This record gives sequence, C-alpha cells and structure tokens, in this order.
Amino acid sequence: MENGLDPAPPLLEVRGISKSFGAVRALQEVDFTLRAGEIHALLGENGAGKSTLIKVVTGVFPRDAGIVRLGGEEVAPRSAKAALGAGIATVYQEVNLLPNLSVAQNLFLDRQPMRFGIVREGEMRRRAKTLLADFGLEIDVAAPLGNYSVAIQHVTAIARAVDLSARVLILDEPTASLDRHEVEILFGIMRQLAKRGIGIVFVSHFLDQVYEISDRITVLRNGRLVGERETASLSRLELIRMMLGRELAETTSARASQGEHRAREVCASFENYGKAGYVAPFNLELRHGEVVALAGLLGSGRTETARLVFGAERADRGQARVEGAPVRLQSPRDGVRHGFGYCPEERKTDGIVAELSVRENIVLALQAKRGLHRPLSRREQDEIAKRYVKMLDIRPPDPERPVGLLSGGNQQKVLLARWLATSPRLLVLDEPTRGIDVGAHAEIIRLIRELCDDGLALLVISSELDEIVTYSDRVVVLRDRAHVEELTGEAIDVGNILAAIAADSVTVALEAHT
Amino acid sequence: MTALLPRRGLAQILALIVILAVDRVVSPQFFDLRLQDGRLFGSLIDVLNRGTPVALLSLGMVLVIATRGIDLSVGAIMAISGAIAASLADSHGLPVVLAAALGAGLVCGLWNGFLVAVLGMQPIVATLILMVAGRGIAQLITEGRIVTFSSPGLVWLGNGAILGIPMPVAIALGMLILTGAVVRGSALGLLIEATGGNARASELAGVGTRAMILAVYVWCGVCAALAGVIAAADIMGADANNAGLWLELDAILAVVIGGTSLFGGRFSLILAVLGALIIQTMNTGILLSGYPPEFNLLVKAVVVLAVLLLQSPKLSGFAGIAARLRRTKA
Repeated sequence: MENGLDPAPPLLEVRGISKSFGAVRALQEVDFTLRAGEIHALLGENGAGKSTLIKVVTGVFPRDAGIVRLGGEEVAPRSAKAALGAGIATVYQEVNLLPNLSVAQNLFLDRQPMRFGIVREGEMRRRAKTLLADFGLEIDVAAPLGNYSVAIQHVTAIARAVDLSARVLILDEPTASLDRHEVEILFGIMRQLAKRGIGIVFVSHFLDQVYEISDRITVLRNGRLVGERETASLSRLELIRMMLGRELAETTSARASQGEHRAREVCASFENYGKAGYVAPFNLELRHGEVVALAGLLGSGRTETARLVFGAERADRGQARVEGAPVRLQSPRDGVRHGFGYCPEERKTDGIVAELSVRENIVLALQAKRGLHRPLSRREQDEIAKRYVKMLDIRPPDPERPVGLLSGGNQQKVLLARWLATSPRLLVLDEPTRGIDVGAHAEIIRLIRELCDDGLALLVISSELDEIVTYSDRVVVLRDRAHVEELTGEAIDVGNILAAIAADSVTVALEAHT
Repeated sequence: MTALLPRRGLAQILALIVILAVDRVVSPQFFDLRLQDGRLFGSLIDVLNRGTPVALLSLGMVLVIATRGIDLSVGAIMAISGAIAASLADSHGLPVVLAAALGAGLVCGLWNGFLVAVLGMQPIVATLILMVAGRGIAQLITEGRIVTFSSPGLVWLGNGAILGIPMPVAIALGMLILTGAVVRGSALGLLIEATGGNARASELAGVGTRAMILAVYVWCGVCAALAGVIAAADIMGADANNAGLWLELDAILAVVIGGTSLFGGRFSLILAVLGALIIQTMNTGILLSGYPPEFNLLVKAVVVLAVLLLQSPKLSGFAGIAARLRRTKA
C-alpha cells in the first residue's frame, strides 16, 4: 500500500452522492475512495445502501447529487454499459452471462473476432484460452458455460470484465455460492488483479473473508457513510459495532446451557439410513431440546442428509423412528405429518412463493398439514401472521406484502414462521444464515437457541463453523457423502471440526481460524 | 372470499364499458330488454347467452393456468360430451344423459391430469393429444353425422329460462358460484396459487401438488363437458366437426384478459368470466354493426392488445414501478 502524501488522485473518488426513491433517502452524501491496486470491502446491513451506491456509480440509477471521479476525471455514466466503457465493471452474485453459450462466446460476446462478417471461432477460442490461462484456468472454452461450476462462471465473468479494460472491478457478493476451495481460487485471482493496479470493490456478508482479503473497509448504515478504516487496525467487534450501530454481545460466546440436555428424550432416530449414490448409510439420533449440526464442505452430503431426514428424498435402506415408533418417510408430506419442518438452503427456488403474501407463505405448511377441508379462516390466518411477524420481528411488518419484496433475512424469518406455525417437533435448517445481513444473522442464531430451549429438536447445516460452535450440542462431520465423525460437549471447537473435515483430504488448503 | 372480488379488475371493467358503449353506438337498441314467454330477450341477454360456453371453459381454464398449466383439449371435450348427450338424449332420461356427458368430461380431465401430474409431461403437449384425438372420438360417437334430438329436457337446458334468465346463463352463474365456493371456501385456492407460484417450494411445505394439478384438470374437463352439453342443447344437435372448434383459444384469451398470468400463481375466477364476456360483447357488436364477420378477428386482436397494455405495469403508471422500487430499496 502506498500511503502518506500520495500526490496522485485516487482511482475512484465518490463525493457527496445522494439518492432518493420518492420519500426514502437511500443514500445521503456518501463518500467513497478506491485506490489503485487495493481491495476495498464495502460493508453494511441489508438496506444500508451498498447496492444503491454501486448502481449509482455504475449509472444504473441516476444520482440526485454528488460527483464521481475516475482517475481524477469526472464521469457520469448513464448506463452499466457506459460505465463499462469508462472502465468500471460490475460482477453480480448471479452471474449475468449466458449458460447455453460456450465459455469463449461468453467472453467475447458482442465483440467476437470477425472476418468477412463471419465469427472466427478458432481465433476466439485461442484468445479465450490465453485469457483464462492468465487466471490459472485450464478448461475447455468450447463447452457451454452452464456446464461449469459457479466459481468458474464467476471467474469467466471477471475475466470478461477485466479484458474489457476495466480499471475498477466491483464484485457484489461473489462468494455467496462458492465453497471454501472455490473462494480460495477467487481470492487468488483478486490478489493478482490488484497487483496489476486494478481497484477492487468487494461486497460480502462473510466477515472472515473480508478480513482475509481486504486492505480497507468502508461501512455504510441507513444510507450514510459510517467510516473508512484500514482492515488491519479494525477489530471485529468494532466493525460489527460500525455496521449495526449498537453494542452486540460477544457473538462467539459458548452456549451456556451446553451439556444440560444429555438425558433428553429421543425425538427422531435413523438407523443405518441411507440411499445408494446419495448418502452412505448413517445412524443419527435427534433429541428434544438439542441442536445437532452437520458440518462439512459443500457436496459432502449435508443437504442430502437433511433431505433424507425430512422425507424430501426417499431412503432405500434403514429405519426411521419418531418418538420410538417406526415410520416411513416417502415425501415431504410424510415429514410434515410427523411434525418435521425443513427450511431449505435455496430460499428463492425451494422456500418462498414470491408472489404470495407474507401471510399466505406463513400459513402454507399449516394449511397443507390440516388438509383442504379444514381451511384456516381469514381471521385465523391474520392472527397467525400477525403473531409471527411480531415474534420474529419481520420487516416491514405488513403481512399482505408479497414475500418476494422482502430482504433475504426477512424471507428466512417468514420460512421459519411457516414451520413454527405447524408446532413442529423437529426443525431442519439448511444454511439458515446464508446471505443475510449481520443483524438478522444474530437474531436467527438467538432464535435457534430459544427454540431449542423450548424443547424442539434441531438439525442445522452451516458452513460457518464459528456459528456452529456457538449453538450446537453435537456436531456430525461429513466427508464425501458419509458421516465420518461426531463431536460432543467439550470436543466441539473449530479446530476439531476442521481437523475432522480435512482428514485425508489433500486438496483442501485450510487455514487456521482465529 | 375477498380474492373473488376483482380488486385489480379496473382494466377489464373499463374495457367492457368502452366496448358496450361502442356497441350502443353501432346498435341503438343494444340495451333494450323485453320479456316474452317468461324469458328476457335483447342484445345484452344475447351476449350473456352466447358467452356461456367460453365463460364455462374459462372457469376451468383459469384454475389450470393458475397451476402454470394449460388445457388445449377443452374444445374437443365439448365435442365429445355434446356427441354423447345428443346420442343418448332421445333414448334416456335427462339425469342419465347429463351423468354420461359430464362423466366423459371427468374422464378426459383425469387423462390430462394423469399425463401432466403423474407422468410429468408438459401441459401443452399432454393436452394436445386429447385436442387431436378427442375430435376423432366425438366423430366415432356420432358416426360422422350430425346427430339431432328433440328431447324436451335437454332442449330446455339450451333454450329454456328460469326467472326470466336463459338457462345457459343461469347454469354458468351457478357454476361460477359453485367453483368460487369450492375454491375459496376451502383451502384449494391458496394451495393452487402456491403450487402455480412455486411448485418445488409448495411440495417441500407439504402441499400435495400432484393432487392439486390432477384436480384442476378434472374440473376443467367437467366444465368443458357442461359447455359441450349446453352448446348441443342450444342447436338441438351435435356436430362433432365444429362443436367447440377453436374455443380453447377463446378460453385462454378470456383468462389472460382476466389478468391471470400464464406463469401461474394468482388467479381470479370473476375476472376470467369477465374476460369471456368482453370477447362475446365484441363478437355480438360486430355482428350487429353489419360488418363482415372477418373483421371480428382483427378487432378482437386490437381489443386484447389494449386490455393487456392497460394491465402491463409499464403502462399502468411508471408510478407503480417507482413505488415498488422505493419499497424494495428502502
């Protein structure tokens, strides 16, 4: 980092940007400075104004006030394309490329090498190969982009942006759907680009990653600038305080009541339960008032275990029991009938019905459980919706709003409410805190603890080991679609979990967590 | 029951009023009503009466479309049920005739539902099968002839009146009320909308999505069969070649005009029936105006475009979009 009295202007300078949507002031006189060659994290809760800031800078939204300077010169792009032309490229969480076209075609879309009006496929592929080689990717560029993992799609999008002579690269939640190994690849590329002098804006909810990769941090809250700090000199607690604007109790305090529930009754048990080619047979006991966490890398069989337990997938061997009695779990309906609930990882595709209201989404599982002939009256629905909107602090507190218009954290709460309304005995939560802001994150962890104290059995999947350690009574570690280890009591700590995940696996480079 | 009432039906109501006004201009007697032999007559009654088959079809179609499906076979089902009714009318009592005709519609609906819900076929392909085969089945039943009948019971269904209201209109109204009561009075409406909005999520929430899909195709088949019986009763005969021909398209149009998205989810029964009436009001108006009926198709296209534009969020006010953006970004 070149600090001190640098006479050269910063790469990207945003001064006094304001933006209102009607009466709502989404941004108020926000400043932001990006230096050449730095990785700058832009942080804030959902609704803090990160997306709006990015969209104003890249010309997607017109701004009400303020100036943007790129390399000292004022720019005012009118569209994302114009911003790209000026040298500001954005790669969003959902990659905006065409999965049915080849990697090479995606890289050179709109600017294919041509001769006599015909695309020179060979030339294009060669150039695509060279371009990706710079990023350490050796893949078949003629294959459709959709055949590759999300990580490779991201790298392709970044390569395209950089090749379009980007000087500023904005990455909006690039790691949300990547596993640990893929994140490492992406970070390697980000560091390499920064060395070349490109300024990178990194938006993420993962604080670990922010600390790992960023040089500086800018925090927004409620559309205002809270501050800009050097990452190295900013403590985690201080950062969270900046983001939330309120004191947060030490987030990683161990669960106070751990160990008290040893003698709890078994709620559901699975013996030698499994499905060929899906998950190796496992034994699992879930007790009332106990949180069991599933830990492992992406693809290790965590979600698969959860789906078997709930009945979303049929087991082909083994015996499931609920409160001691043998049961058959053939479909989600069976799971629901036996008092199970399941909040899937993919909220948008598997969880919410976006078009329907918060109220309708909340009562859906309860209504399905009651059957067609016992409809919940409108008044009962209103009461249930009102109760859970209040209890879980769903915002905005309007039960009639289509749930698709809510933020990710609030959608997650609606899904929790859907299951809580059915008075379940077992709740399966797949990545309940993924992609949601820090405030809602802490609330959901608090909820998990409360539900457990109320006697519910919980099976939780999470990639955030720090989080698992806080609330779990037992941790089942999975590797390569098999349950490999179970940790209880004192043995539950991040180091032990990592060791169990990493055992025998050579490819995964894991660093010691703090 | 609130969803039965058109909260968002402004575009449709406006369109109907405009078309009625145009009809009044081309035919000054358009709103005249007179009572004769215990039955109301007049152009308005004619619109309702003629609109009955499509209105009945749209009642089933709107539910199918709400689950993100489509049923192309309703016209063919009309032909089958009409053929059965006509063939049995003079030899059997009305209850038997109705049971056989409606039963055929139910079986047809089960077949469609089986292909879509159980075998997982795409609805447009699955129902295309019966659309093609159904007309053949109807021709087999009538042995290629136009079967006529004179059974007073069946004729009364097409031409009689109850409290001055023509029977077909009374039947359609009854079906609207019955469907509304079943769908909104039970949890069916919510579960259908959830299934159409996001089938995967609904299934994971414990909704029996297959049963929902099967049920809507069955209901669609029954509605189509009833429409077929009424169409046959109206002309006192069954013409397997022409009964219900292309009416599946009018039914789909009626549903779309009624604001239900082809992508499934939210639906409105009343607006779908209103859509059917809009179509029929246009048809009648053009007939009354003395223009050649060929104009009918063109005018229909223009009106449909107008209604869809009125509904589109981009036209119905950038204000609406801005408000939504404001809310999501807040």
